[in-house]
Amino acid sequence: MKTKTLITAAAAAFMAAAPAMAELFIPSLTYRSGPYAANGIPTADGYADYLTLLNERDGGIGGEPINMVECETGYNTEKGVECYEALKGQGALVFHPWSTGITYQLIPKATADGIPVHSVGYGRTSAKNGEVFRWVFNYPANYWDGASIAIKHILDEEGGSLEGKKIALVYHNSAFGKEPIRTLEELGAMHGYELVLLPVDHPGQEQKSQWLQIRRERPDYTIMWGWGVMNQVAIQEAVNIRYPMDHFIGIWWSGSENDVKPAGEGADGYKALTFNGMEQDYPIFEDIQKYVVDKGLAAGAGDQIGTVLYMRGLYSALMTTEAIKKAQEIHGTAQVTPAMVRDGYEALDITQETYASLGLPGFGPDIKGSCQNHGGQGLGAVSQWNASEGKFTMVTDYIEANQDVIQPLIEADSMAYAEENGITPGCD
Amino acid sequence: MPDQLLFGMEVFLNGLMAGVLYALVALGFVLIYKASGIFNYAQGVMALFAALTLVGIMEGQVPFSHLINAVFGTEVHHFGWHLPAVVGIVLTIVVMVGLAWAVNHLIMRHLVNQEPIILFMATIGLAYFMEGLGDLMWGADIKKLDVGLPQGINTAIDEVTFNAFGYGFFIDNLDIWATIIAIILVIALMIFSQYTKQGRALRAVADDHQAALSVGISLNFIWVLVWSIAGFVALVAGIMWGAKSGVQFSLSLIALKALPVLMLGGFTSIPGAIVGGLIIGVGEKLFEFAIGPMVGGATENWFAYVLALIFLVFRPQGLFGEKIIERV
Repeated sequence: MKTKTLITAAAAAFMAAAPAMAELFIPSLTYRSGPYAANGIPTADGYADYLTLLNERDGGIGGEPINMVECETGYNTEKGVECYEALKGQGALVFHPWSTGITYQLIPKATADGIPVHSVGYGRTSAKNGEVFRWVFNYPANYWDGASIAIKHILDEEGGSLEGKKIALVYHNSAFGKEPIRTLEELGAMHGYELVLLPVDHPGQEQKSQWLQIRRERPDYTIMWGWGVMNQVAIQEAVNIRYPMDHFIGIWWSGSENDVKPAGEGADGYKALTFNGMEQDYPIFEDIQKYVVDKGLAAGAGDQIGTVLYMRGLYSALMTTEAIKKAQEIHGTAQVTPAMVRDGYEALDITQETYASLGLPGFGPDIKGSCQNHGGQGLGAVSQWNASEGKFTMVTDYIEANQDVIQPLIEADSMAYAEENGITPGCD
Repeated sequence: MPDQLLFGMEVFLNGLMAGVLYALVALGFVLIYKASGIFNYAQGVMALFAALTLVGIMEGQVPFSHLINAVFGTEVHHFGWHLPAVVGIVLTIVVMVGLAWAVNHLIMRHLVNQEPIILFMATIGLAYFMEGLGDLMWGADIKKLDVGLPQGINTAIDEVTFNAFGYGFFIDNLDIWATIIAIILVIALMIFSQYTKQGRALRAVADDHQAALSVGISLNFIWVLVWSIAGFVALVAGIMWGAKSGVQFSLSLIALKALPVLMLGGFTSIPGAIVGGLIIGVGEKLFEFAIGPMVGGATENWFAYVLALIFLVFRPQGLFGEKIIERV
């Protein structure tokens, strides 16, 4: 009885103390299990390790410790929504859904709840229009930027003309995979190339039909919008039909070590877009080793540091924490609310000096946000797989997407959304 | 010869090859259903588990290393060996036999005479347990599987068809090997079931397990045997599919490819699984080739089921399945 009373008292004291605890609660919707776990683990590890580093080295952000809680979604939309519902009431400052499907579900919910959602290079492209999507951000680039960057790169390779060329798009037959079609069609009309569309049904383990068609039609370039097993199978099939790998370009979600390694040496030369650097000697690695790994605090098994997706997870955490810093600066308090974090996101201003000061010189493009611009400047680079060295290397500078084409598309799509949902665009 | 006809012939041949791969997955389902009346939902996960185990053994990976390191504070990951594929396959078969024994003794033996839906539910539980076990044992990263099977275009076929038609057909070497291995596997299974004591016992159990029991056949032994064979078939399927995509957890989804094959070929017929696989493979590929471009493509997944449903309407028991007649 005595023990029971003590436990009850302790629990009551904890409950009473909880709201007063000063901490920045940042949930992480991860998928460390299921068919996409191989990609989810390094991403989640990078995200978690960066936040742990800030806690261990800097005591959090602005003196406030970060409380990062993972919720396993298995890359399943329903589970992702369950995670959101379970965590939103605990003071979550921002959500990274890590899935386009989950992002689409969270957009109306987070808008109603007043919690920022940051979909880093995925999700709904037109969320870049901050006047319509007040709580959604997609820094530093979106899918339409990606499509435009790929075409700009091909233009560079072809000496500035794509007249009469044939470009194939092998894409996951889903909302995610269909995202670039409209942009590629617009750009096709502008540059005079023929676009061949080749959808691949989920999950993409069998792609013989698509690659036989590519072999028959012999497109000059093939762009891929894939995820998970679809990437590995597509790259293997490309190797099988002896497609020139340096003419095969994947979106940034089709360009990790996981995607190319199963195809072995044959994948050498495969290209993929990226919006973050992939060097192996960033100064931050020393801090991660010292404050995270050596202390036994590394997320997961600690074996993903430096991989493409680990760095993407880390980059996502970097943008979020910079937004929180900005929010603290704007509002003069370290204990920020989700609404303040939105202000921080809108005032985001990441420059090359910022990256250098964080131990990541040249790691990403400059990002400057605003109420209107929730997606950044739309910069991306091209990386290439070197099979013998076992790593991707950036082979171009950051390329700016053709905003003359993309901006009207974003405007049209976001305004249609605003009309459907009774939203009056504007900055409040 | 018109180009479209040539392309169609190439698609037809590739459809046959794809069908063999589907049939390999379907075979595992048929074996267990035929012997025990259980629709084994875990068959796809068995293929994943077998492939994970094979790579793990070949690469000398320490099973449960993350768990061991976390509990004991050690840093063990690899034994330091790289075993030849043959040794890896043999050891994996041993593991799959052990798994069959465990499944039978820990689960199925306790569910004898239960409703089929209960047994089906048990295999759902088994599937998720095995997926978690595989993750815990071998990790979730994508592993390259190289058992020495050649991949890529078969140059001989390419040259011969080019000389004959002016267009070289693409046939993947891996698919050719899959076909050869599937043929050997089916012949071996038929010889086993027709000419060995255990095979005849297995057929007796499949026909009437109570009658088989009354003449002294051990149901436990037969069920361990059949789960072991299904485990071996799963290993073959895991190798073939894993060679294409690397060994990763989405490998378990190959079971989806087997369902229309089973609907079409019947749940109780080994030849049915093969013929069903070929019909589905050819049907879906030709449909995608001929009709796909008119309807936006990506027709294969759903058309396979349409094809299976059409057969189902006319032959509910499947092409080679046994018609169940119940007299009152």
